[in-house]
Order: sequence, then structure tokens, then C-alpha cells
Amino acid sequence: MIGLEHYLTVAAFLFVTGIFGIFLNRKNVIVILMSIELMLLAVNINLVSFSSFLGDMVGQVFTLFVLTVAAAEAAIGLAILVCFFRTSGTIAVEDINVMKG
Amino acid sequence: MIATDLNTILPEVVLAIYAMAALMWGVYRGKDAEAPMLFWLTAMMLAGLGTWIGLEPEGTKTAFNDAFINDGFARFSKVMILFSAAIILLMSQEYLKRNKLLQFEFPILVALSVVGMMMMVSAGDLMALYMGLELQSLALYVIAAFRRDSARSTEAGLKYFVLGALSSGLLLYGASLIYGFAGTTSFGGITDAIGQGDMSLGMLIGLVFLLTGLAFKVSAVPFHMWTPDVYEGSPTPVTAFFATAPKVAAMGLFARVMFDAFGGAIADWSQIIALLSVLSMFLGAIAAIGQNNIKRLMAYSSISHMGFALMGLAAGSEQGVQAMLIYMAIYITMNIGVFAFILNMEKDGQAVTDIASLNLYSRVEPLRAAALMVLLFSLAGIPPMVGFFGKFYVLQAAVDQGLLWLAIGGVIASVIGAFYYLRIVYLMYFGEAREALDGTMPPIHWAALMASAFVMVAGIVNLFGVGTLAGAAAATLLK
Repeated sequence: MIGLEHYLTVAAFLFVTGIFGIFLNRKNVIVILMSIELMLLAVNINLVSFSSFLGDMVGQVFTLFVLTVAAAEAAIGLAILVCFFRTSGTIAVEDINVMKG
Repeated sequence: MIATDLNTILPEVVLAIYAMAALMWGVYRGKDAEAPMLFWLTAMMLAGLGTWIGLEPEGTKTAFNDAFINDGFARFSKVMILFSAAIILLMSQEYLKRNKLLQFEFPILVALSVVGMMMMVSAGDLMALYMGLELQSLALYVIAAFRRDSARSTEAGLKYFVLGALSSGLLLYGASLIYGFAGTTSFGGITDAIGQGDMSLGMLIGLVFLLTGLAFKVSAVPFHMWTPDVYEGSPTPVTAFFATAPKVAAMGLFARVMFDAFGGAIADWSQIIALLSVLSMFLGAIAAIGQNNIKRLMAYSSISHMGFALMGLAAGSEQGVQAMLIYMAIYITMNIGVFAFILNMEKDGQAVTDIASLNLYSRVEPLRAAALMVLLFSLAGIPPMVGFFGKFYVLQAAVDQGLLWLAIGGVIASVIGAFYYLRIVYLMYFGEAREALDGTMPPIHWAALMASAFVMVAGIVNLFGVGTLAGAAAATLLK
């Protein structure tokens, strides 16, 4: 029998994967964008499973909001990344270092 | 039903519709030729809405099943947000024109982020909180990268985006756990679920994630790493905007969530916020000492100031919230003045942000140097400037709630922090002679700088009544 704990464990696992994807990744900013999406999707799994086990629709409504915002966020992130690529000619994470201190 | 709900959120609706209409108008009409008019129109709009909200009658109104709360606290914060955004917008125009950045998108993005901020301070539900926060953040990511052809500005935008999205993710994960363990997303429902007893472990973990996300937004240590880079890289008017309205909104949201949703568990979050507060005050004070770039210095200064504002929140009392609101009002007034000065640090038409360029500035522009000196004294919290009273109120609130160690930490941090403010004053009056800045100052900037410096001196009589208003606002939050 698959219970709430299983869903929450999967979501927590995906969420932690997303966080590590942001911090350990040294290669490419696109991977960071993917990690952010992964985090938001983990939250969605959380919300939908809670919603289903509580018998409460609010969680699913919340999920729809999160999905919409995630799409807008990805669009803006990619737009900023394109501007960054135009000025610096690279999207490698280790090259984002004009400012330090 | 829906009519009364819409009536309650009318200012937000008006501003959102205005922003969209202005966008369409800008796109289909003159594009950037219309920019100066849009700057003025948006600033008038923000100031008009601020007056409208400020004159609204007392009382608490809610809309959309308590997802939106319009109470004294929300109105006080909104007035601060709207007026500071309007002033910054007017100041930006001159700078952007000089640097060939005058594009019509700027006032529209500011207006949209202000809608988000107004939603944040009025949020009564985790969903409303998230939507408001994201609307504000998404607009701010874009204006951080507003100078598209500059490596620094785009890098600032990218860094802000990545860390901001990470913090939103953490906040959202916390919100999902709180929803699951409370069974509802409304703040009132969460308060009922907590009761007066202990929180369940799941809820506590959710609260910690939520606090992490909020701490990112107010740039509290240890979640501050984006602040110096974003402040340095963004165009200066954008930095000025970041240092004022969004900070008020984030602190307002912080107080809103803590008291409305977790008011029954003050002991649980108070110690976390106290830790954030003491770390921010010290890191802000110490890390700023080695800075040579004045925008970077202002970033560390804002981290330190947020630490003081959080101290008021950590007290967890009505007096603490009142002190926090007074502190934020004083903080944004000082920052408007300081940034009016920084916007005009120029040499041969090139913007300069090096602190060393202020050497013996008092001989070039005695009046401007004197105004900046007053503001820096006030930022450092030296009596009898108004900035001292802001610090005094939060320290008093902390001591009254038995947080003596926090108050002592705050005093020590403010003494350390005074060093770097006074170093600028020293350079301006006793530095070595070198080629001076020659930036002229447009009337709006001059007026903002002088008015802000004047308030810092004249406000010591009664803080222009802000204390009483903040007290009334804090009373509506704690009910």
C-alpha cells in the first residue's frame, strides 16, 4: 500500500536533488534552471499528495498557481540568461564572476 | 460578494490595470519617446494611491475568504512602499536619461513590482503570499538586468534570479508542509491548527523553510550573499529601489506571516529571528569596513539595518512591531537621501562609485557634503539624529522582552558599523586632495537629498508623528 509518506519521501528526494543541482553544479546555468524547476515540481507533488490525503481541493488549486508561476519564472530566467550570454559570450557557472568581494 | 471583495482590493486592481494599459500604450504608441511622460504618470499614480490608502478610514476589511487583509498594518506599509517607489521613480528618470537607459518598460516594471509588494503586506493566505512575492520578485529580476549591454548588470540579474528562485522554492516547500499539517492555507486556519500548544514536527520544519525563504528576501545573514553583487551590478536607480520599497514589503510580509499565522508559537520563531538578527547586524557592520565601492557598502549597510529591524520582530510584542515599522520608515527616508547623492557621483559624465573619489568633497560642494554627513551620522545611529531613535526603539523593545543579549549585540554592532560611515565623513572633510567629482545635481535629487537630511535633524522633536501611526498599525496586526 502506498501511503502519504511515500509521496512525501519522493518529493523530499527530488527537492534535495534540485538544491544540490544548484550548489554542486559548476558547468552550466541551464542546469541551474532545470534544478529550480525540479524543486518546484517536488513542491507540487507535496501539495497534490497532501490535497488528496486531506480530501481538500485547496492544495490542487495551489499547484495550478505554482505551475503558472514556474512557467513565468523560467521564461524570465531564460531571457536574463540570453542577455548575459550576449554580453559575456558564455553560460558557464564559473565565468559568472565579474563582481566579487 | 464579489463586488465588496473587489472594492477592498481596488487600489491593487487600479494599479495592475494601469500597468497593463501603460504597457500596451507604450508598445503601440511612441515606445521610448513616451518614457518621460510614463515616468511622471506612474509616479503620480503611485503617490495618488498612497494618499488614497493613507486617507482610508480605520478598520479591518478582508476579501476573498480572508486571502487578502486590509488593516492598519497593511495600510501603513503600503503608504511607505508607494511613496518611496514614487520618489525613486522620479529620481531614476534623470539618471537613466543621462546614461541613455530611458526606456518605457522601467516605470511599468516598477508599478508591477509595487502591486506585488502591496499584495505581500496584505496577504492572509499562503497562496496570496506566494503570488504577491513572485509578482514582486519577477519584476525585480528584470530591472536588475535593466542595462542589457553591461556585463555587470546582466550578471547581477542572473545572480539575483538564481538565488531568488532558490529562495522561492524553499519558501514554497515550507508552505506545502504547513498546508499539509495544518490542512489549510489561510493564516487564520493555521493559527487554529497550532492552537496554543506545541507545533507538530512537520509544521515546525515547514516554518523553518518558510523563514529561510523570507530571510532571503530581506537579505538577512546567512542568506545575504546575493545582496552585495546585485547592489553593485544593477544600475544605481535600481539599487536605490532595491534598498527601499522591497525591503519594507519583505519586512511587512515577515511580520504578517509570523503574527497572523504563527502568533500562537512566538517562542518557536522568536529565537530563530533573534539569531538572524544578530548575525546580520555583525556581518553587515564588519564586512562593510573593507569596501571601496559605495554601492557595495550600502548593500552591507542594508544587511546590518535589516538586522536591527528583525530585532524588533524578534521581540514578538506589539511594541516590537511598532519599533520595526518606525525603523523601516526612518531607514527608507535615509536611503532615499543617500541614493539621491550617489546618483550624482560623476566625473566627466562617467558615473563613479569609488569611495575615494569623495576626498575633500566638502570643498567642492559644501552643502551636499553637509547633507550627506547628516545622513551618514543618522545611518550610523549617532544621537541626536533620527536614525538613533530608530535604533533606540528596537533596542528598547528587545530589552522589554528579556532579549538583553540581543540588545547588547546590537549596540556593539552599531559601534563597529559607525566606523565605515564616519570614514566617508572623514574623507569628505579631511581627506587628501585629488581630482574632485563634478556631477551636477538636478532639482529633484537636490530636493530629495536636502529634504531627507532635514527630516533627519527636524524629526527628533516627535518623528513627525510616525511613532503614533506605527503604534496604531502594530496594534491592528496583533489584535
